Amino acid sequence: MLPFFAYALFFLLLPAGNVLTGAFQSGKDGGFTFDNVAALFDEPYRTAFRNSIEVSLVTAFLGGIVGLLIAYAAIRDGSPRWIRTALTTFSGVAANFAGIPLAFAFIATLGTIGVVTQFMTERLGLNPYEHGFSLFSKTGIEIVYLYFQIPLMILVISPAVDGLRREWREASASLGANAFEFWRYVGFPILFPSLLGAIVLLFGNAFAAYATAYGLTGGGVSLVPIVIGFFLSGDVLDDPHLGQALAFGMFAVLGVMMLIYVPLQRISSRWVR
Amino acid sequence: MEEFQEQEYEFLRRLEEERIGRRSLLKRGLVAGAGLTILSSPAAALAARKQALKEPPLLGRTLSLKEFVAEAKKEGRLNVIALPPDWANYGEMISTFSKKFGIPITSADPDASSAQENQAVRSLKGDPRAPDVLDVGPSFAIDGANEGLYAKYYTTNFRKVPRAMKDGRGFWVGDYWGVVSMGVNTAVVPNVPKSWKDLLKPEYKNKVALNGSPLSSGSAVAGVFSASLANGGSLNNIGPGIDFFARLKSVGNFIPVQATPQTIASGQTPITIDWDYLNLAYGKNFPAAKIKTVIPSDGVYGAYYCQAINATAPHPWAARLWQEFLYSDQGQLIWLKGFSHPALFNDMVARKVVPKALIDALPDPAAYAKVRFANRKQIADARSTIKTDWPGKVGA
Repeated sequence: MLPFFAYALFFLLLPAGNVLTGAFQSGKDGGFTFDNVAALFDEPYRTAFRNSIEVSLVTAFLGGIVGLLIAYAAIRDGSPRWIRTALTTFSGVAANFAGIPLAFAFIATLGTIGVVTQFMTERLGLNPYEHGFSLFSKTGIEIVYLYFQIPLMILVISPAVDGLRREWREASASLGANAFEFWRYVGFPILFPSLLGAIVLLFGNAFAAYATAYGLTGGGVSLVPIVIGFFLSGDVLDDPHLGQALAFGMFAVLGVMMLIYVPLQRISSRWVR
Repeated sequence: MEEFQEQEYEFLRRLEEERIGRRSLLKRGLVAGAGLTILSSPAAALAARKQALKEPPLLGRTLSLKEFVAEAKKEGRLNVIALPPDWANYGEMISTFSKKFGIPITSADPDASSAQENQAVRSLKGDPRAPDVLDVGPSFAIDGANEGLYAKYYTTNFRKVPRAMKDGRGFWVGDYWGVVSMGVNTAVVPNVPKSWKDLLKPEYKNKVALNGSPLSSGSAVAGVFSASLANGGSLNNIGPGIDFFARLKSVGNFIPVQATPQTIASGQTPITIDWDYLNLAYGKNFPAAKIKTVIPSDGVYGAYYCQAINATAPHPWAARLWQEFLYSDQGQLIWLKGFSHPALFNDMVARKVVPKALIDALPDPAAYAKVRFANRKQIADARSTIKTDWPGKVGA
């Protein structure tokens, strides 16, 4: 247990404590103040939080649902074994493909003169950029995030999908249940706790993602981690305590997520015992 | 700035006196020593000299280059930070220095910002990996000097650096300057824009990019400054520049992609607002993109960077040797080869030591005639305006 506590102390508790105290310190004299945290509710930080939460929710739910469907399609009985191996391998790679390389890969594909954009413009006569699409917008960020959110979902949910035994389906069928009833009364309740956990994980994954969005938009779309980055490493903004207040705001949002998640999970996991 | 100049004169005068005083004293001492005992005097002089060499000097002129090299070689290394090899030709600068003096250079974190450089000095105090020399924006140089992060040092050519580009107390000295330019990828954009106004034309839809967000990058702030000068703003009022980018965004011409060498080479950012020396270098390095560098006719904004020596540098002699090299003709020409205007540019032109080819590679000198530099207060004001207005008007 000792290594765990040492690890938690140095890499979790101390830094978090530092952020918490710093968030309530005044930049001028180091005294206690609520100003930094109060500033989070003003522009532009309010927009940053709204954008971050929106992008995280959208990509967590879309990624969660799509990932679940793909995982189920590949893992259920009847799918050849190699599909499953190939999918997990691919997902393992894709889930970790993020940051600047991913952003640039998308710019080269869907950017203003990306390969796909060029193809659509020249062959189909339809330039997506003329119809309101932009890779360098919130929608663009969501598309790029889905690229690693879906594979992550597949990796996380596969064991749970695997746990759905064929015998249960057979049993419910022999009792006269149709497919909908099986899912309504057996499959979904069993999957629900894992699904919920996975979506919370995806939310956190998107909420904290930094380099991908930064590489894609250079901070043109305001997200909380990017704003914190501006405070920490930029040449222009210079107020570390406000940066710490922003980090504190991220704690708070994730805390709320956990508050929703824990009781729901407790209720829904009754079926699994 | 005024009081710094006064201080500079005073300081240099006193140093000069002290130097003359010390030298004549030494001479007298030698004569006296020779009179007393012939055998011991060279040893005593040597010892005195060694004592003097323990501390790096304040004035470059007091020692010969040879002595610098000898001391720097003893330290055996130089740590630099935040010098991207494709920025202002720093790649060649580093390799030439290493080869010429036989001193290896550790180049840490080439893409670090000025804030990170100062932070490295603070947090790596006493660490052998700490940066010896820094290349920071002026406002960070002023802050760093006031905080005591830098060592005083007057390079041999300090006097020739234009007055507005140096710290009278010797904590930092301007190194090179450039102006905001438009790097146009003519493979994608055949019609080259000439001014900020041109950028609003519909033909430049989704084509104009900045080299970062002005919320984090000082050079992006410069781009907004330049746009402001072109649109009725001034060095005291950057507002029209922010409004211009908002308009550029609303007509669909602005793409908020951070321009990088990759996006520029591949044409993803067909018109890049960036320093002239960077755009000119991209033109040379990516011939396929056929990049043309345009100094906008309606707003010419320039800025310089500053050299400073870490007050607690692990290799103080090598740091001073590096500065001496930077401000030698050879070093200055390496910067110029990277298309930035070195601090001693005017002096070197007057002495006719700049090869014609290097001057020809730069845009027409007339384009630089209207260049304006903001002072520290103007930059600070502009930043706070950007901080409050940019996210709402231009950011999402």
